[in-house]
Amino acid sequence: MAIGVYLTFRILDLADMTAEGSFPLGGAIATMCLVKGVNPFIATLAAFGGGLIAGLVTGVLNTKLRIPSLLAGIITMTGLYSITSRVMQNAANVSLLGKETIFSIAQKWGLSRNNAVIVMGLIIALLVIALLVIFFRTEIGLAMRATGDNPQMSAANGIKTEQMKILGYMISNGCIALSGALLAQNNGFADLNSGVGTLVIGLASIIIAEVLVRNLPIWGRLLTLVLGAIIYRLILALVFQMNVEPADAKLASALVLVVCLVLPNFHLPRNLKGGKNHARSTKD
Amino acid sequence: MPEVLKIKNLHQTFESGTVNENRVLRGANLDLEAGDFVTIIGSNGAGKSTLLNSIAGTIPVQEGQIILNGTDITKLPVTKRAKNISRVFQDPKMGTAVRLTVEENLALAMKRGQRRGFRPGVKKQDRKFFKKQLAQLGLNLENRLDTEIGLLSGGQRQAITLLMATLQRPDLILLDEHTAALDPKTSITVMELTEKLINDQKLTAFMVTHNMEDAIRYGNRLIMLHQGKVAVNLAGEEKQSLTVPKLMELFQKQVGAEVEDDAMLLV
Repeated sequence: MAIGVYLTFRILDLADMTAEGSFPLGGAIATMCLVKGVNPFIATLAAFGGGLIAGLVTGVLNTKLRIPSLLAGIITMTGLYSITSRVMQNAANVSLLGKETIFSIAQKWGLSRNNAVIVMGLIIALLVIALLVIFFRTEIGLAMRATGDNPQMSAANGIKTEQMKILGYMISNGCIALSGALLAQNNGFADLNSGVGTLVIGLASIIIAEVLVRNLPIWGRLLTLVLGAIIYRLILALVFQMNVEPADAKLASALVLVVCLVLPNFHLPRNLKGGKNHARSTKD
Repeated sequence: MPEVLKIKNLHQTFESGTVNENRVLRGANLDLEAGDFVTIIGSNGAGKSTLLNSIAGTIPVQEGQIILNGTDITKLPVTKRAKNISRVFQDPKMGTAVRLTVEENLALAMKRGQRRGFRPGVKKQDRKFFKKQLAQLGLNLENRLDTEIGLLSGGQRQAITLLMATLQRPDLILLDEHTAALDPKTSITVMELTEKLINDQKLTAFMVTHNMEDAIRYGNRLIMLHQGKVAVNLAGEEKQSLTVPKLMELFQKQVGAEVEDDAMLLV
């Protein structure tokens, strides 16, 4: 999840709201495939494919039709709600009870339920990171990173910045849908409303990761994102220990994000030297 | 000599139809032959940057024609022009991707105007070539291939941008006041490097500058813009024997008015 958000937020320098739509979409696609008895791995891949298409839509809206990125994401997110609902045949949630999931496959290897989730989750996260690292080292990957970093310079070097952005949106939402598929399989059901607040979770993970460690090579940054996501979960767990009611959960997570965003600012004078904030602030 | 760039009757007006209407270019004409190194001067608002941006493709052309190597590029987007035109920006931050490493930036420039695929972005054999190219800058950058560009100084970045602009030989290199943001000493280093790279590859160059002395010292041609038109156009002997007072005199004669105390004249 965090990795997907990271792609658009940091690499492409865009805030992409599509996440909130592609997350439940991924869950829905995977779940419906599983209900029909499709191989869990293929079902998960199909979710990734659904995310790619969602990203494509936002990308085209943003670059070709020149709708501001935030708005383009919201438009796609809104539209996706209906599409996800259709995918789930108008049910608000679909159960996976008794169906085979990628986690139940892992359980067959003799792992306990919890360990199966951790092992399978880690394997997939590492696989995604490995693929992304390889991708970012290719000519296209390099061009994509340059596009987010300095679009004018990229265009001057003949990089088709619009296509790079679309591709970035696609991969990003593919990853987000993938995480939606994993969560649905873990929970044992797909939920139409599971997307609400996912962007916040993703952003929080990124920011925690960046507060913890700075100036890493690209593979290191992606790895720390996983760590950031785990820590965010731990912080939330701590908050819930303090008798927060379920209804207040989103408010609590929003507040945690505010704290995460604001805390690093108090160290700013020291961290500014060589920090990326400094280089970015005067970009224009 | 074959003609590289031809600009015909170029007009650019900003905010046309409003009270703020600003006719920046009013029929600029210009011809560049292969190997020409032309310096462009003019006061603020004379149209230097607008002319350069029109050639680069970042501002759509309203009226007139731009022809590069016999092909009309007036309507081509920046990315399509990138194959033939390279550019060094005024702001050292603009020319490079600051969060990419030195070698990644160079690798990007190596592929300027070419198809990008799934081959490795930085290739092994390239690394050797980059080192050799960086060594000739004389800035000890050859051992810093893995350094993020953002950690380098403005002068170092500008030197790398210059190198990037010439890695793939461009038909035309655009220099947009590329030493204006540097301290005087670094500025000289970068200008000397510019001249060396241009001479080595016999490039056709278009350099906008605010510095009259630089405009006179470098290049084989000098053009002064005034109110959106070419006011002075010097080449050969005339250009070689030019001095700052002579240039000002010429300018006054052409424009027919006293040159005001302008930023342009603060050499």
